Amino acid sequence: MFPAAFDYRAPASLDEALGLLAQQGDAAKVMAGGQSLIPLLKLRFAQPGMLIDIGRMRGLTGVSRNNGWITIGALTRHVDLERSRDLPGQLSMLPEAAHWIADPLVRNQGTIGGSICHADPSGDWGSVVLALDADLVARSVKGERVIHAADFFQGPFTTALRPDEILTEIRVTASSKPAGGAYNKLERKVGDFATVAVGVQVELDGGKVSKAGIGLTSVGATNIKATAAEKSLVGREPNDAAIAEAARLAAEAAEPKTDVRGSAEFKRDIVRVFVQRGLKTALARAKEARA
Amino acid sequence: MKVSMKVNGVERGGDIEPRVLLVDFLRTNLAQTGTHIGCDTTSCGACTVLLDGEPVKSCTLLAVQVDGRNITTVEGLASGSTLSPMQAGFHEEHGLQCGFCTPGMMLVGTALLERNPDPTEDEIRWAISGNICRCTGYMNIVKAIQHAAKAQAAAQAKISETVAVAGGE
Repeated sequence: MFPAAFDYRAPASLDEALGLLAQQGDAAKVMAGGQSLIPLLKLRFAQPGMLIDIGRMRGLTGVSRNNGWITIGALTRHVDLERSRDLPGQLSMLPEAAHWIADPLVRNQGTIGGSICHADPSGDWGSVVLALDADLVARSVKGERVIHAADFFQGPFTTALRPDEILTEIRVTASSKPAGGAYNKLERKVGDFATVAVGVQVELDGGKVSKAGIGLTSVGATNIKATAAEKSLVGREPNDAAIAEAARLAAEAAEPKTDVRGSAEFKRDIVRVFVQRGLKTALARAKEARA
Repeated sequence: MKVSMKVNGVERGGDIEPRVLLVDFLRTNLAQTGTHIGCDTTSCGACTVLLDGEPVKSCTLLAVQVDGRNITTVEGLASGSTLSPMQAGFHEEHGLQCGFCTPGMMLVGTALLERNPDPTEDEIRWAISGNICRCTGYMNIVKAIQHAAKAQAAAQAKISETVAVAGGE
């Protein structure tokens, strides 16, 4: 299969890329690793006039800490997050989620930013940034704009990014309290999209939950932030009853559809199980981080 | 658009359309047909090549994307008529039947041992999890990679021994 013809540019700098995008707008498509976009180009679901390849640009990679933020460059590859051993404890969800993305070969080329902008409701990073309550930093020639993860995903393959913007960073507030996360995924086989996956994040303060985040994958038109479930945990001691309550509320927030991967009822119940399981792991990791 | 890349250590290039996939560039322009096209949908791994030493799917890369980079295909594994340890492992352990997935499997195995010379069976199975074989049931592919790991470790030990002896003299 061949993509339809397009003009190809590989700008050397972000400013050059933003300049091109400002001229081209909707006619151009930005590509990072290309692991979602190239299949779409081959199927001709996407036929941009110009492809702006930012995957060869320097910078925008790796995890760094400054001014109370932990920043992940948008061009950081899945494999680099999967293998990172020096992440702060509060980001324990990242290597776990990365490990389950597609297959090892795709992870060698695909990027976290590309995946988030692709906004497939079955994508894993969407749920991770929702659970982490991350900020997504977008740049255009006009400047920088911060979009909260909760406002980013607007529909299947549709985001709050404007046609002239490029996602440059994913930012999380550095936590001074014990925090941890977990990502659980059910897939039929390696490389398949999730039947269901769930990311959870907790922060503890004096034995009580001070922050909670829950993101759901493959059970709706976008990755879903299970807000009611998150709120139910905050201020409470994370005992079995609190965990069961959050799991029930998250399952209610899911909007699964019956398909080849399972019935809607089955998927909803997996959400419940994964929230429960994920919370227990995340709590253990948060306590470990304190010790 | 002009591209140039190193394929198995040799500078190769050409003037190609940006929409040409790396796998097609290798097979059609360079007549290197060891890189196979299987599913053409990023699922099977038959088109695996090493990009700067790391396995990727060449059906999901544009040739222009790898301008200036190093590509290793299955044609680059042997030195002359001597099989690489990975190829020898597949030969010894009967790691193939039809052979269609074999270039990808051997390249993934080669990259794995480069990073992790002594992988567990679980690590081997995880490494090849993006490559589909429809003949062997994977048992012998795993054994082949284990064979290569042992052969490489033995060769390494021999080199160390020789160096130690030479140092002693």
